[in-house]
Formats: sequence, structure tokens, C-alpha cells
Amino acid sequence: MEFLEIFLSANFWAAAVRIATPLIFGTLGALICERAGVLNLGIEGIFTAGAMAGWMAVWLGAGLFGGILVAAIVGAMIGLIHAILTVPLGLSQHVSGIGVTMLATSAAYFTYRTALPDVTSPPRIEPFQPLTLPLLSDIPFLGPALFQHTIMTYIAIALVFFVAWVMARTPLGLAIRAVGDNPSSVDSQGLSVYGLRIGAVMAGSALMAIGGAFLTMAAFDAFFFGMVNGRGWICIALTVFASWRPKKALLGALLFGAFEAYQVRLQTEVGAVVPGEIFLMAPYVLSIIALVIAARGADYPRALLTPWFKGQR
Amino acid sequence: MIRLEPRTTPSRALALLAPFAAVVCALALAAIPLLAAGQNLFEAYGLMVKGAFGSAFAFSETLTRATPLILTGLAAAVAFRAKLWNIGGEGQFYLGALAAVIVGTGAVSGPAWVLVPLVLLAGASAGAIGLIGPAYLKTRFKTDEVVTTLLLNFIILLFVQMALQGWLKDPMSLGWPQSEPIVDEATLPALFEKYRVHAGLLVSLAAATAITIVMRHTVLGFELRAVGENPDAARHAGISVNGTMLKAAAISGALAGLAGTSEVIGLKGYLTSDISPGFGYAGIVVAMLARLSPVGVVISSIFIAGVFVGADSMSRAIGVSSYLADLVVALALLSVLVAGFSIRYRIRWLGLRGGEA
Repeated sequence: MEFLEIFLSANFWAAAVRIATPLIFGTLGALICERAGVLNLGIEGIFTAGAMAGWMAVWLGAGLFGGILVAAIVGAMIGLIHAILTVPLGLSQHVSGIGVTMLATSAAYFTYRTALPDVTSPPRIEPFQPLTLPLLSDIPFLGPALFQHTIMTYIAIALVFFVAWVMARTPLGLAIRAVGDNPSSVDSQGLSVYGLRIGAVMAGSALMAIGGAFLTMAAFDAFFFGMVNGRGWICIALTVFASWRPKKALLGALLFGAFEAYQVRLQTEVGAVVPGEIFLMAPYVLSIIALVIAARGADYPRALLTPWFKGQR
Repeated sequence: MIRLEPRTTPSRALALLAPFAAVVCALALAAIPLLAAGQNLFEAYGLMVKGAFGSAFAFSETLTRATPLILTGLAAAVAFRAKLWNIGGEGQFYLGALAAVIVGTGAVSGPAWVLVPLVLLAGASAGAIGLIGPAYLKTRFKTDEVVTTLLLNFIILLFVQMALQGWLKDPMSLGWPQSEPIVDEATLPALFEKYRVHAGLLVSLAAATAITIVMRHTVLGFELRAVGENPDAARHAGISVNGTMLKAAAISGALAGLAGTSEVIGLKGYLTSDISPGFGYAGIVVAMLARLSPVGVVISSIFIAGVFVGADSMSRAIGVSSYLADLVVALALLSVLVAGFSIRYRIRWLGLRGGEA
């Protein structure tokens, strides 16, 4: 059975982890925003802006980590726009998010076209190289599958556990969760609801932008129009699927990565009979199914989508 | 210190003024990247205005571009009224376009007065079905419709691409993925000789009139607004919230579908997978700029269409990227959102030490 043999190839699992990496960053980012009570639909645009900014910084001479830093700052700044509109001003999180996505996407495209008016294919950069971990990468099967990734993948996985720890075990995490569940209680303890929410949205947006930068700086080596291709929206679905828990988000992203890696390989097997578009559709269909299953009885942060104003009881 | 106070009654004057203030604000903000790109501001904006409204031809191009925008704008306005966040206008647009070529390329034959309404009906139905699905998931399973409609946009576009590579592909197109041409009897005629503006504009204006009547003078319009403003109160008043939501979805999806149909049978004459430069998404901006009023949708569509047409023409003249148009449109959306805030709240200056008063 060649359909099952795919699972036995280390190459397949390596691809699954690689595909999952930007989704891990993005889902963690979305999760932090939503835990604080703010849905951030700017994610798709923030991915695009992060992808463009990180890549362009490196192309202009920054180091790779410099590029990641630039992407994170750009992401945080775009997040600040969304945060100001939705937190102190309390405007519709849906509409603001869509607007921020449009703004960030068009700003990224405009900047790209202005910097490189005439190119048909973008200049390439030297991207992050796979980092083979000593000893671990020599383990048969597991080595090539899990321990020959770029450093960004290891950072993403470490971040999952870090964010899980912060959320569950630190006063900051408690405050962020409280501000997404019952902001008035946070206010009555003398903490700033606005400060916590704005900070969470900025931090989450920075992670989303790093997810985007992974695309141009590790998965590929240049920026292309439309390269984000709905990954941001998929992260929003994964967040619900993960019921706002970082470790479940990691699991969801890996499952998703495995699914996508599988369908790419399946496509080469049966590509002659089934049109390629069917395979390309599959991730979006899967996201909708995951969302429908997870959304029933989902334990939403109780103040998600609800603005809170100072002086309100 | 400043304090925000809710106004007891939203300011009507500000409500009328807000969209215009937002547009001015958007153009001012877009000046920053323009200047950063080393352009002369007045030259760039001057060329945009000229390219959009400067001649009969320019204006006809703007109206041509506004035709689908009026419909996708109405689609967003109707859905948003009921707080149904339909971000899937783009997908519904393609469903309408797909239906147009399925029915209108020779599968059915008949005189124009039968065929044109039939094709429009098919497109509207296809769009409606495209939104009833997510709306049903929302009412039945509380699945967030923003994410489902967004994801459906990708699925539908891929489906169209698949169809155009396969069963819908015109064998005469020399390998190009496009549909067979629409038959003459199913085509919406051009309104004037030598201009591209077509009878789809009349369809759009008729739809705007119909939606105005429905929203203002029918029980359905009342129910839509009631559900959007306060679903609990609506339920207590005996309105079926889920039923109203599904009706809003049907109307909204149908309007976006019609936009795709009219673009195929009025302008292009066949279907390609790049027929929409984002009409569905731009419709959201149109609706928000119009503050969800159907009459406002017509006006703001012409403005947004002008931005796109003008930016294209400016881009050809002085080489500024036409993504500037998308930037202006996004800024207009965010600006009008903030402007909406100032209609509902009063900003009161309490003096430097005030705030405890």
C-alpha cells in the first residue's frame, strides 16, 4: 500500500513539521489576542507584512535575526492599530480586523512594488539553513524527521511551552486570561484592562508577523504576491480547534501540517486522475470541518468580542 | 483629562459628515507612503481624479467598475445590518459568475427577455446558496461565519479554477483557462456606443432601490434591523432570530452572486478565474462607508470605483504602484470605523486636572 508507506518516510514527517511552523507562530499569536478578549482578524495581513518586512530587511543587509526582529516590530505596530481601534475605542473587532488585513496587505504590496518596480521575480536571500542537532539528528528516522529543521522551528516549539507556562503559571498569564473573561474584575484589582489587552494584541501580532517571516526567510527565500494564501485564517480556525490552549494548538498545527504534507505526496500518486485543485482545497475544507466540530460547546473566553470601557461596572 | 460620553441620540449631522471626513482622512494618510515613494502629491492625486472623472470615457470606466461594487456593497450592507458578518462576498461573486456561464453559454436557448432574467436568477440563487451554508452553520452550531466565509472564498475560487481547467474550458481558447463565451441572447447590452458601461448598472441601481424599499417599508426589513440591533429583544418580540439570519444570508448572497453574473454577461462575456480584482472585499468597504444605507452604497461605490480606476490611470502615467488604491480603500474603511465612533460618543475635555468630576 503506497498510501500508507508515505507515513513511513522521515521526509514526510519533516515536511509536516515545516508546514506546521508558521501555523504554530500564528496560532499562538491569535490565541494570546483572544485570551485577552480581542479577536484579531488582522492576522492574514500581519502575516503578509511580516513576510515582506523580514525578507526585505535581510535583502537590504540586515542579518537573519535582524529580519525576524524587524518583522516582529512591524507586526506589533500593526497590532497596535487594531488594539487602539478595538480596545479603548471599542469598535467592531470583525470590521477592524478585516480593515487591518486590507491595510497591512496593501502596505506590504505597495512597499514591495515601490522598492522593486520592474522585477518579475523577486531577489532571493540566503534563508535560514537547517540546523542539525548533534546526536539527536543521527537517530534513525526521528533524526531527519524532527531534528534537521531551521532554528525557527525549534523556537516555535519552545514558544509553545513558554506561552503555555506564562498563561497557566504566571501572574501575567492569569491577568491576560482574566481580562478576556471578566475585565471588570481585573479593573477592580487596580490593573489596567486597556494596557493588558493592548499589550496582548501587540505581542500576539508580533508572533503572527514572525510566522509570516518564516515563509520568506526559511520555507522559501523570497517574497511573492499571495504567498500567505489564507494561512492566517487557518490559524484563527486552529485557535478554536485548540480551545485556546497552546499545547493543543501545537497538536492542531502538526496534524494540519501532516495532512497537507500527506496530500501533496498523495497528489503525486493519484494526480493523473484527481485534479490538483481538489488537494489545494482540502486544507480550507478541513479547517471549516475542524471549526464546526470544535465550535460546538467551545469554551470561548467569555469577554471575547466584548468591548469594555473604563468606568463600566 | 478627556472623557468619552455616549451621546443620548447619535448625531445626525455627524452621521452624514462621517464618510466624507473618513475619505479625506484616508487620502491624507495615503499621502505618507506617496511622499515616501518620492512622488509629487498634487500631481499624483490630480492624475487620479482626472483618470476617474476627468472625461466621459473616464467616468464611464468608473461607472463600469462601480456596477459590481454596488451589488457587493449592498450584499455586505444587508448582512451587516443583521450582524451577519459576511466576508464571503468574493466567493459568492464567483458562484454567481459560474452560474452565469453554466446557464448562459448555450445550455439553455431562448429569446433575450427570457434568457437574461433566467441567467440573473441562476446567479443570484448560486450566491444565495453560498452564504446560506455558513449562515446555517452559524445558527445551528455557532460556527463563526467570518472564518467560514473567508475560507469558502478560497475553496470557491479553486473550484472555479478546476472547472475552467476541465469541464467548463472553452476548447477554442487555445489552452487558456477560460469558459465558452456567453450567447448573445444572454448578454446584457452596453448602454452607450463606444463605452463599456453596460445594463448591469441598471440591475445594480434596481437592486439598490429594492433593498431601500425592503429595509424601510417591509416587515422583513424591520426584523433584519431588530435582530442586528438586539437579538434578545427581537426574540422576545417574537421574531425568529435564526430564520431572519437565514433570510439575510439569502438576500446578501444573492446580491453578491448577481455582481458576478452581471460582470460576466455584461462586461467580460466569458469567465476567467481572475475576473474579480477583489470586488467582494471592496464591497465591505463600500458598505461601511455608506454606513449600511443602500443609497449611500451607490455613492460610495462610485467613489471606491473612482479610486481604483484613477489609481490605474495614474500608475500608467507616473509609475506609482496601483496598490496605492488598495491602501486608500483600506484606510477609508478604518477611518470610517473611527468616524462612526465619534457619532456615538462625545469627547469631553475636562481640563488638565479634571476627570474626577
